[in-house]
Amino acid sequence: MIALIDYGAGNLTSVRKALAHLGAPVTTPAAPADLAGAAGIIVPGVGNFEVTSALDADWRAAIRSHIARGRPLLGICVGMQWLFDGSAEAPGHPGLALLPGRCSLITGEEAAPAGTGGSPPRTDGGGRAAFKVPHVGWNSLHRTRGSWLLDGVDEGDQVYFTHSYAAPLTESCVGSTRYGLEFAAAVEQNAVGGVQFHPEKSSDVGLRILGNFLRRLR
Amino acid sequence: MLSKRIIACLDVRDGAVVKGINFEGLRRAGDPATLAGRYNREGIDEVVILDVTATIEGRKALAETIRAVAREIFLPLCVGGGIRGEDHAEAAIEAGADKVGINTAALARPALITTLARRYGSQAVIVAIDAKREDDRFRIYVRSGRQGTGRDAVEWAREAADRGAGEILLTSIDRDGTKQGFDCGLTAAVSSAVPIPVIASGGAGTFDHFVEVFTAGRADAALAASIFHYAEHAVEDLKAHLRAHGIPVRLPRPPGIGAGGPDPVTRTGPC
Repeated sequence: MIALIDYGAGNLTSVRKALAHLGAPVTTPAAPADLAGAAGIIVPGVGNFEVTSALDADWRAAIRSHIARGRPLLGICVGMQWLFDGSAEAPGHPGLALLPGRCSLITGEEAAPAGTGGSPPRTDGGGRAAFKVPHVGWNSLHRTRGSWLLDGVDEGDQVYFTHSYAAPLTESCVGSTRYGLEFAAAVEQNAVGGVQFHPEKSSDVGLRILGNFLRRLR
Repeated sequence: MLSKRIIACLDVRDGAVVKGINFEGLRRAGDPATLAGRYNREGIDEVVILDVTATIEGRKALAETIRAVAREIFLPLCVGGGIRGEDHAEAAIEAGADKVGINTAALARPALITTLARRYGSQAVIVAIDAKREDDRFRIYVRSGRQGTGRDAVEWAREAADRGAGEILLTSIDRDGTKQGFDCGLTAAVSSAVPIPVIASGGAGTFDHFVEVFTAGRADAALAASIFHYAEHAVEDLKAHLRAHGIPVRLPRPPGIGAGGPDPVTRTGPC
């Protein structure tokens, strides 16, 4: 059984739908104690990092205990960012601090170089890159090292993002994406995985990644 | 690199897809879920369901349509048309929409943008603007393009972004259904004025129209309906055309790859 944590971070319909499509039984735990029997945990999340403050000390303890037993966990979008120390989006709200580093606002300081796919970025009349935040849409994954989460995902495969803050490139990074600067699109530490993009909205590639998580449960 | 998105619009009335010319003379084009499934296989990036009736009976049918389409695709799904307030937005999102498009209601009550953005996140709130050229300005029209508001489209787009909109869906009433090409002047004016993505809509007739709107028009995404509905052109052909013109797009994976596909170890790939 997978515990999909509903802490008020947006709508879980599409995550549920994707897991149902893959044949995975899902529950939404009402209390931290309900996590004890979960084979795996998914921490979803859209919106502001601040909403993760709903995951209080009791939830954190239960989640840490799950991780300590070597059981899989997948953080999606803000749920992935929460695995880090924190985010500049809500400095007063610490993350789980399982992974070192802080998430920061995406900036366009460095234009994407040619050769990462497609044409160089368009510029406006003043020669500045026409750079928008949030980063919304399909962007390509660069595989940075071996990964169970990205098994079967090819270099350059595209997934759907919608976010304004991003996680740093650290040892946990297994897949990166470039939008302005390069950031961690997928992270992994033992049985804990996280993705900045939305696998539930990323068509076949996204279903493949969710399927990899489900295979890790066995 | 971030791809330019190709979005298929399903104009839905009473559970069936229709498509109008200049917002009038609707004709049927097919079953929404069947079409959405086909577009997904062809590599569409996103789907918009636009309720063109917005009657009470129509709204009940709409929820069913959203559920049926959401079952077919694992892509971002936006629902718009007749969303008057939080309850309509909630119904659409509960039925499976990832985003809602608000138009007239946002103009009448701009605070609705912020309310929805706080509740669902900005990424879930698309402000739709229908604009018409008047002299050298772009004016906003409502009620399916029949009623002028006197409001300036560029100024309103900027305000909508400030209030928390995640994207702008910008339709040229002059071009809608004409196949004469997107209004690149309108699109560029709005896209340059706001920090959020702009989806260009209205007028797609040829593949080159998409090239134009992604270059001269500075669009982040382009939406079309009839060009896809009648299989006049496949989504994948359009994307191949865009890629050949140096525009970054997502190409669909070959069939059989993905969840339930062959063992990845046996496949060959660029990595």
